[in-house]
Amino acid sequence: MKRAVAPHLGTIKMRLTCPFCGERDHQEFTYRGDASAKRPAIENDSIEDHRAYVFDRANPDGDHRELWNHTSGCRMHVVVTRNTTTHKVTGCEPVGPWAKTMKARS
Amino acid sequence: MTRYSAWSILKNALKGNKDWTPAWRKPEPKSSYDVIIIGGGGHGLSTAFYLASQHGITNVAVIEKGYLGSGNIGRNTTIVRSNYRLTPNSQFYEKSMELWRELSHNLNYNVMFSPRGVLNLAHTPGQMDTYAERGNQMRLMGVKSELLDRDQVARLNPGLDVSGSARFPIEGGLLQPDAGNARHDAVAWGYARAADQLGVDILENTEVTGFLKEGDRIVGVETNRGEIRAAKTGVAVAGSTSRVMKLAGVEKLPIESTVLQAFVSESIKPIIPTVTTFGAGHLYVSQSDKGGLVFGGNIDYYNSYAQRGNLPVWEEVTSELVAMFPNFARLRLLRSWGGIMDMSMDGSPIITAGPLDGMYLNAGWCYGGFKATPASGWCFAHTIANDKPHALNKDFTLDRFKEGRMIDETGRGPTPWYH
Repeated sequence: MKRAVAPHLGTIKMRLTCPFCGERDHQEFTYRGDASAKRPAIENDSIEDHRAYVFDRANPDGDHRELWNHTSGCRMHVVVTRNTTTHKVTGCEPVGPWAKTMKARS
Repeated sequence: MTRYSAWSILKNALKGNKDWTPAWRKPEPKSSYDVIIIGGGGHGLSTAFYLASQHGITNVAVIEKGYLGSGNIGRNTTIVRSNYRLTPNSQFYEKSMELWRELSHNLNYNVMFSPRGVLNLAHTPGQMDTYAERGNQMRLMGVKSELLDRDQVARLNPGLDVSGSARFPIEGGLLQPDAGNARHDAVAWGYARAADQLGVDILENTEVTGFLKEGDRIVGVETNRGEIRAAKTGVAVAGSTSRVMKLAGVEKLPIESTVLQAFVSESIKPIIPTVTTFGAGHLYVSQSDKGGLVFGGNIDYYNSYAQRGNLPVWEEVTSELVAMFPNFARLRLLRSWGGIMDMSMDGSPIITAGPLDGMYLNAGWCYGGFKATPASGWCFAHTIANDKPHALNKDFTLDRFKEGRMIDETGRGPTPWYH
């Protein structure tokens, strides 16, 4: 049962809808951080670009695209869109080569 | 302003306690100051106090969005310790310990510093080895440490389940005997009162809505109470660092904000003499002077600005508490709450001039900011006053991420949610 303890803040249970397994408790997932960080190309020898990729974060107050791994399920990575102030989840997409396969099938 | 003393208590008691005056003024903001500190939490207030008392800069404003002590300074589990492994950290936190010991006298305000000892439990022989290493590192830095075997732990902490049938049998522990607790609100109030007496303006309910710039230089702030100009602007806003820095045009920092929950139980008779931490998970518990158990554990791992957490961490933390102290199983919780942690990429703080001209940044405290309050203010005040870091914070720069000089106490790499 989902019960709002503080309606203006959303629900106390945070559930993620894994594109492969369906809706699950977030405890089944392992947080893997900001999904907007893009690894620079391997040929890119700018130390600054690599430093920014590893360390710099926008850390937004609001919608945040982030990677979660479904460690206690299918072990796939998913990109979750979640509001960092209300914890409301608005998106949960597959990522990597599987994303294309899923898209082709649908 | 009254100086607090036994005599003043007696005098006011005889007069029916009608003559007490507020501990700090509620001034109107001036149009300009020498230094503005954004953030009226522990670090901001201690910075203002040391700017005034150590560097003679008294034309200072502390700008606080809410009421004083409403942020993490009033939300933490009040633990004060310096049991670190890496040199920059142990030096810095030991300076903090030194200031903590004299803090009540220096502020003329009882912060109830109670050096009752911090005991880290070990549950495996391997963990005992790591603690021996850390204990030796601490001793090399002049910090007291004692490695205890199981019997010594049992004598120190009689409520603990030290039997072989415990869920995680206890091998021993590492004790920092002169670490302990302090009353968190009193720290905020004490610094505020002492800074106010030296002429610092504490502007509560004043929210920074933007920064004033001349070229690339920060020359003050816009607030909901008008513009306030200053030659130097310090930012000490903990979990809100990214939010506030965005107002100044700094879009990205090596910081992520997460929520840390804390819990307090109903009052019971004295049972835990030290601050005790669980070694097979992550839990720290101590008993407040009112008798409640004050405890906390891991952060909720994901980014959050919610100032409230979710139930899984609650379950994890309480089950760890009961694994250590089975006799607490039927205690009721009185309150739980969350605070926003500014988790840095290497788990160590940032106290530096910059990143913009005229601006100074104090952030990245992860969930260890409370114990750092005095040293943080000490070093930040020095950095602001002299435009160069104190010897104790010269390593806590933003550049360390570029230069590969990370201070990663646990060696976990750039995963702020694990620090």
